[in-house]
Amino acid sequence: MDKALRPGRWLTYAILFGFALFTLLPLIVIVLNSFRTAVEIGRSSLIGWPAGLAWRNWSEAWGHFCIAQRCEGIRPYMENSFMMVVPATILSTALGAIAGYSISLWRFRGDTIVFAIVVMGVFLPEQMKLIPWALVLRELDLTNTIGALVLIHTVQGFSFTTLFCRNYYIGIPQDLMKAARVDGAGYFRTFWRIVLPLSPPILIVTVIWQFTGIWNEFLFGVTFTTGGQQPVTAALIAIATTPATDVVEYGIESAAVLLAAIPTLLVYFFGGRYFLRGLTAGAVK
Amino acid sequence: MRRRLADFLPLLVIWLPLLISVAHVVGFTAWTTWLSFTPSDLLPEYDWAGLRSYRAVLRTENTEIAYANLLVYGVGYVGLTMLIGFVLAVLIDQRIRAENLLRTIYLYPLAVSFVVTGTVWSWLFNPGQGIQKFVNGLGWTSFRFDWIIDRDFALYTIIIAAVWHGVGFAMALFLAGLRSIDPDLHKAAQIDGAGPFRFYLRIAAPGVAPIAISVLVILLQYAIKTFDLVRLDRRRAGHLDHPARAGGLRLHVPARPARARLGRRRSAAFVADRGAAALLPLHALAGPAGAHQWIRRCAPAAG
Repeated sequence: MDKALRPGRWLTYAILFGFALFTLLPLIVIVLNSFRTAVEIGRSSLIGWPAGLAWRNWSEAWGHFCIAQRCEGIRPYMENSFMMVVPATILSTALGAIAGYSISLWRFRGDTIVFAIVVMGVFLPEQMKLIPWALVLRELDLTNTIGALVLIHTVQGFSFTTLFCRNYYIGIPQDLMKAARVDGAGYFRTFWRIVLPLSPPILIVTVIWQFTGIWNEFLFGVTFTTGGQQPVTAALIAIATTPATDVVEYGIESAAVLLAAIPTLLVYFFGGRYFLRGLTAGAVK
Repeated sequence: MRRRLADFLPLLVIWLPLLISVAHVVGFTAWTTWLSFTPSDLLPEYDWAGLRSYRAVLRTENTEIAYANLLVYGVGYVGLTMLIGFVLAVLIDQRIRAENLLRTIYLYPLAVSFVVTGTVWSWLFNPGQGIQKFVNGLGWTSFRFDWIIDRDFALYTIIIAAVWHGVGFAMALFLAGLRSIDPDLHKAAQIDGAGPFRFYLRIAAPGVAPIAISVLVILLQYAIKTFDLVRLDRRRAGHLDHPARAGGLRLHVPARPARARLGRRRSAAFVADRGAAALLPLHALAGPAGAHQWIRRCAPAAG
């Protein structure tokens, strides 16, 4: 209506879309660069329109580019990341769902305090746990394995997933639980028959959240794995910290960075709604 | 026998993961804390060394700078993120078109690793390749944007990248808060002749105050945890090898030396006891505050 004509309206849109452009800028730049050759970038700057489509960047980044003296591209590291993220996500989500159920619906003595301590884990900075993890991994003989990262992310993710699931399950009426008990259903039966069928919304949120978080994490990856065992985020750091003696292959690096970002970006664009729900879980009530 | 198992199994399933998690949270914190009072260096030693590590941290020339930088970074990052996030939320709340599109755009940085974020921003900030060169190329040859190699300004480039990353989160929470304000209040304000400015200042802002506290606490957590972005922004962007110049959270860098030896020799390195010493006071404050905040906000039935 007449609202559309007001100058304030224009200003609102100008600010909103201006900021959107700022937000998109790095993504646009890196997508464009992934199609430009090193020579082209060197002549102008990192901001520019590609003259042609240099698909070679992508194939080099995927299969041939040298990362810390290993010239196999980013592919083996992507595989490592998947090997790490899939089991860790499934395990932490499953355990979190069960723990959330125990705490919120089954209830036991001391559940509130145990929950409080577990949730503290969400806020414990990774750096505080680095040394104990190093010692534990050495004892378990897991140093420099993907299994080690799965273990770490499962234990660590458990705090998140328990928090998410418990906050969701707390909304399930206790009457349902009572009815189940009257019918003689035990701990597992109640979970399987009543709680689990109600769970898909929170499980989707949790899986998306865990997948993104574990994929993107790299402090543990860089600390506890080397060479061919590293997840892709750690490998990107290896690219980044390689001394730039020759021409920096910005085009190939852009493609590599994009390849590493694609899984989580896809998850975000297809599950954005759930992603947001995970974000606001608990913060807005 | 079967009956026993049926009683026993749920107890196991309930308690085993919880106990591991509790041991991980409490035990690891205590362990690191303990190590910070020992003379551990390359290998753990469990003799009492008192405050030696703490004194060593304080003696390091960079400690003061690091804490000062952390303060500037924390205030700048949290303040700007919350301010911009709130303004964007208010603007989006004006029944605009393309709301979903804008929200999707604002939030995508959260889905991307700091490794990616840091890499791209360090390119853009690099005066030899990024924004400066681009603008120079457009004809404005005297344009300078070389903060990242300027020891006094490098920290601000990190703040820009971090704000870019976090604004969507603050916006989303504020918007959810604004939407939960009773629409009748809005109408009442209009009837009373309160303009939009008055409405947002007097009614909406206090209304979202509890959410603002959540956002604040969570962002502070991020600020203290930030290590990733700093590492990334430092590299190759120029001559940022000197920690003081890199600004940032040198406190978190002990992770690096630990790694160099760890991976190769399988003997843990304990340079990080100093890191723990430096971090402890901060986390002693921030950790419980954060947990308390979450539990308070999201545990109405805790009692």
